[in-house]
Amino acid sequence: MKNYNYPDLNGKYGIYGGKYVPETLIPALEQLESEYLKIKNDPEFLYEYEELQREYNGRPTPLTFAKRLTEHYGKAKIYLKREDLCHTGAHKLNNAIGQILIAKRLGKKRIIAETGAGQHGVATATVCAKFGLQCIVYMGETDIERQKPNVFRMKLLGAEVRPVSSGSRTLKDATNEAIRDWVTNVNDTHYIIGSVVGPHPYPMIVRDFQSVIGTETKEQIIKKENRLPDYIVACVGGGSNAIGIFYPFIKDESVSLIGVEAAGFGINTNKHCATLTLGEPGIFQGMNTYLLQDPDGQISEVHSISAGLDYPGVGPEHSLLKDISRVKYFSATDDEALKGIDLLTKLEGILPALESAHAVAHLEKLMPETNPNEIVVVNVSGRGDKDLATIINTLGDEKK
Amino acid sequence: MSYINNYIDQINKRNRKALSIFLTAGFPSKNNFVDLAKSVLDSGADLFELGIPFSDPLADGPTIQASSKAALDNGVTLKDVFQYSHEISSYSPKPIVLMGYANPIKKYGIKNFLTDAYNSGAKGLIVPDIPINEYDSFFEYGSEQLEVILLTTPTSPEERIKSIDEKSSGFVYCVSIVGTTGVQDTFSVETIDNIKRTRTIVKKNKMLIGFGISKPEHIKTFSPYCDGVIVASAVIKSILNKESKSETLKIISSLSDACNSL
Repeated sequence: MKNYNYPDLNGKYGIYGGKYVPETLIPALEQLESEYLKIKNDPEFLYEYEELQREYNGRPTPLTFAKRLTEHYGKAKIYLKREDLCHTGAHKLNNAIGQILIAKRLGKKRIIAETGAGQHGVATATVCAKFGLQCIVYMGETDIERQKPNVFRMKLLGAEVRPVSSGSRTLKDATNEAIRDWVTNVNDTHYIIGSVVGPHPYPMIVRDFQSVIGTETKEQIIKKENRLPDYIVACVGGGSNAIGIFYPFIKDESVSLIGVEAAGFGINTNKHCATLTLGEPGIFQGMNTYLLQDPDGQISEVHSISAGLDYPGVGPEHSLLKDISRVKYFSATDDEALKGIDLLTKLEGILPALESAHAVAHLEKLMPETNPNEIVVVNVSGRGDKDLATIINTLGDEKK
Repeated sequence: MSYINNYIDQINKRNRKALSIFLTAGFPSKNNFVDLAKSVLDSGADLFELGIPFSDPLADGPTIQASSKAALDNGVTLKDVFQYSHEISSYSPKPIVLMGYANPIKKYGIKNFLTDAYNSGAKGLIVPDIPINEYDSFFEYGSEQLEVILLTTPTSPEERIKSIDEKSSGFVYCVSIVGTTGVQDTFSVETIDNIKRTRTIVKKNKMLIGFGISKPEHIKTFSPYCDGVIVASAVIKSILNKESKSETLKIISSLSDACNSL
């Protein structure tokens, strides 16, 4: 792992990644890449970025020792990385802050984004409100229905939410529509992609902005425990919170990195989105990566109770990390995620997002294998307030 | 010299711009598709672009998206596409160009796809999500005898257009507008200026203009700066609107007439 250094000059992570987009977008991607490489070490940019992270986003987020959860399993010590405490309620703002500063430098007046759970849409609408830029968010009709509070928030923030009625009417289709908008309006528009997906340089830029999660975690755990953790667990849809916390630990081979995908109704059904567990490589939305697809190469319609993980692809760097076995990928079902919500809420008073609950759910499998002198970090990528309607619908009757 | 280039050249020598008509394979009906394609050729199309349906067609607007979805709902697969290509090419020497997104091709096996496509009688291939950057890794073992047509867009800088012209065979597909496929009412001055610019850079290949063209007037406007035009959404739209077959074919013959008068 010592030589781990991706992407390469062609924007590839091994065979994955790349720029599989219509010609119209290539010059914009090249401009974005060169501007990003220019500013990423520019002191003025870094000052502005770090100040916003601190004063606006509320970073650093705590690394909370989960005392009762640790006692519940009676095994390794469990720490929670509290991205749920970020402004707007999830890790998504880390990336939106960085990208809005790039958009400003590029002189773009119009911002577009796709959203699944609505967290990235809210984060983008938030930075657009702060910087006074026009914001249009594409969102699948299914997701608009199941994430109503976030739709209202985006509108309150002054964004236009455009419903997408094609395909499965979820994140995949919202992303298609956002890319089509960008193809049409590329001259005055910056597309803020919400995860480590899409054409190069997006997976790299989003990873770099999300890496603040792992960088902080490393400092915090060394301060508290004077050592690195043994396990880091994060949920994976597109994979931005996972890459964010994994990336600064990739070369620390003593740290086991664990990604948890959404198994929906179960990986033996066709209602899941366990892309790395069951997919195979293909080309989709600008990248070569693992995909859930049918025998004719058509992209599958997938399912998860969590809108943020409901996606048939995954970031290309995760595909590489799977192939080289640096990260192990597992999956958790809708039911297991709901149990994870219950567990963390009851024992720690922290209501995680449905997405993050998949990482919590994996503790059921992981903890029995650990021992009391080990340390586990779980990335709580977001908070669950947005999911109350879904949770009430599924668990409601039992709670009366 | 390439088959397609040669074919377009013969047409141009008769003082005519080449008319390429696009249909999504197996749309609107799987069983009557070949008959429709033959009528399209008989109504004046010089080239036939055969669209391979895909679940997530990124470069396409609502019209072609709808036809692609309808074709998939009809159960159209690559096997059907090759069968259509075989039947259409047996009927007419007019070049067939396959247009399809990368993933179904990759899933089929790129080498197998190229071989089967060529053996089915297709002459050219357009893959809109394989820009020149990814060309070499996608066509790792060359393109067999299939002529791979690359696209230029108004955002392509001069140096890129040169490389695209160099790498392309058959013709260069000049995308008229910044945007996805779909019928345009009128074209801006900037669009025409960009087409003029592209025309001066493309040297090796014939240049066909596509995206948005729906009326004879459009062809008249573009004729001085191209070797032919590609029409897709205007025809698909007529079918989606349930216009009669003769009305759809009338659109094609009026476009074909516009290709003649120079």
